[in-house]
Amino acid sequence: MTEIIRLSRRRLLRGAVAGAGVGLLSGCDALSQRQGFIDMLSTAEPMNRSVQRFLTGNRLAREFPESMISPVFKPNGSINPKTPEYLALKAENFAPYRLNIRGLVRKPLEFSVDALRAMPSRTQITRHDCVEGWSVIGQWTGVPLSRLLDAAGLKPGARYVVFHCYDDLAGDGSRYYESIDLDDAYHPQTIAAYDMNGAPVPVSNGAPLRMRIERKLGYKQPKYVHTIEVVDSYTTLFGGKGGFWEDDGYDWYGGI
Amino acid sequence: MHWINLLCMLALVGSGLRIYNAHAALYWGEVSHFDTPLFATQAIAGKDGVLGASRPGSDSALMRLGFPSWATIPSPGMGGLAVARRWHFFFAWAWVINGVCFLLWSLASRHLGRDLAMQRRDWRDIPKSIVDHLRFRHPVGDAAARYNPLQKLAYLLVIFVLPPLVVMTGLSMSPQMASVLGWWMDIVGGRQSARTLHFVAMALFVLFAVVHVVMVVYAGPINEMRSMITGRFRVKYPKTETAPTPAVQEAPASADRMETRP
Repeated sequence: MTEIIRLSRRRLLRGAVAGAGVGLLSGCDALSQRQGFIDMLSTAEPMNRSVQRFLTGNRLAREFPESMISPVFKPNGSINPKTPEYLALKAENFAPYRLNIRGLVRKPLEFSVDALRAMPSRTQITRHDCVEGWSVIGQWTGVPLSRLLDAAGLKPGARYVVFHCYDDLAGDGSRYYESIDLDDAYHPQTIAAYDMNGAPVPVSNGAPLRMRIERKLGYKQPKYVHTIEVVDSYTTLFGGKGGFWEDDGYDWYGGI
Repeated sequence: MHWINLLCMLALVGSGLRIYNAHAALYWGEVSHFDTPLFATQAIAGKDGVLGASRPGSDSALMRLGFPSWATIPSPGMGGLAVARRWHFFFAWAWVINGVCFLLWSLASRHLGRDLAMQRRDWRDIPKSIVDHLRFRHPVGDAAARYNPLQKLAYLLVIFVLPPLVVMTGLSMSPQMASVLGWWMDIVGGRQSARTLHFVAMALFVLFAVVHVVMVVYAGPINEMRSMITGRFRVKYPKTETAPTPAVQEAPASADRMETRP
């Protein structure tokens, strides 16, 4: 008799625990589908941004010795763009490529890769941190974005820099894009990079030009960049959240 | 504060495991040596089918997952890494703010100094306490109303050692924060080491929680839970001793206690 009672009590307990667990998790899943709840969770993003900005100021990301360069710089996201305009450029080894600088600038500019190579450059060996959690170290050479922006001259009202790219990561005819604010744009390690590990950036890592914004996660450092647009707000662009992954729910700050 | 803490911890562990699943391997050092991870959870063929893979729904396809869908917030298909990160950062802030409030309260109320700090007697009693634990000998009388030395050490670990470790290793994964954490990054050995230690700290928190709940259940769940909610804790005195009247004494859990045994 006691045996039966004990068994059924145990089963009841087990059922209760399992039920509570399943209820809790499906509750979490239901909450994850509610925009209002996600908006509440997202209040942490401005806190991350302001506190981290306050604590880090304009400090440089750590730079590493050559001996620490990873044997393979793991490519991720788009690794071989198939958009017609990119394939046409690639077929000519990027000779016709031009980087456009436009938007809220006094003087819209255009640069070939050779013109960029002729400008003052910065070389840095830095760690690349993916939002997925992995890291690799690589060496980058490129033109500081501050030089390009200063050459074009910012107009009053300029607040953000948007990068437009050749690749169609979603596969729906859209194009990858990203945006940063002027603090990050003028950070000394923010460069438009044409060389990786001492050779032209390979296609898998963003040829012919990719951004390095060293204190950001990988998705904030777009590859295959063709246009740098200075804007006062990014809300009217594409999904309105300031970037390809941001439009998919990722945080715009992207610093952690 | 305890229950806010539990809520935050559940959210943090669940969303953390979902974040881990985005790249289900841990490394030591600054970078990921993809071929030689320290620890990885991957799908392998086992005796009873495929191990390390789950079906998030009864009709969905088998997915290769580091941690199964029941352990992650959100479950696969109900939101991805982006949503898990939203959960994680929100509850990280809530957990830290709640923890700081707890710390201030414990200092002000002298809970910390009176109940938790290791006294000279506690250090001396450690061997005896270990034996008592191994023999499942439960303290009676006033000793039951005090924290035993092993219990104190466990609490001190989850209050003063693991939280700073988990916060610092969490921040070490931020490329922005890494720009000011150079000295600390040298100590932990790099971003991937920090990610691994963050995971280890999580596992220790979970281990603590499991032991904590087992001890509560073992010590009498109704009495313990009541004391956690109302502050009243019933203490049993051994029959052979002449207990102070009455035989069962109601003592507020955090009130002054007699330092001498009856």
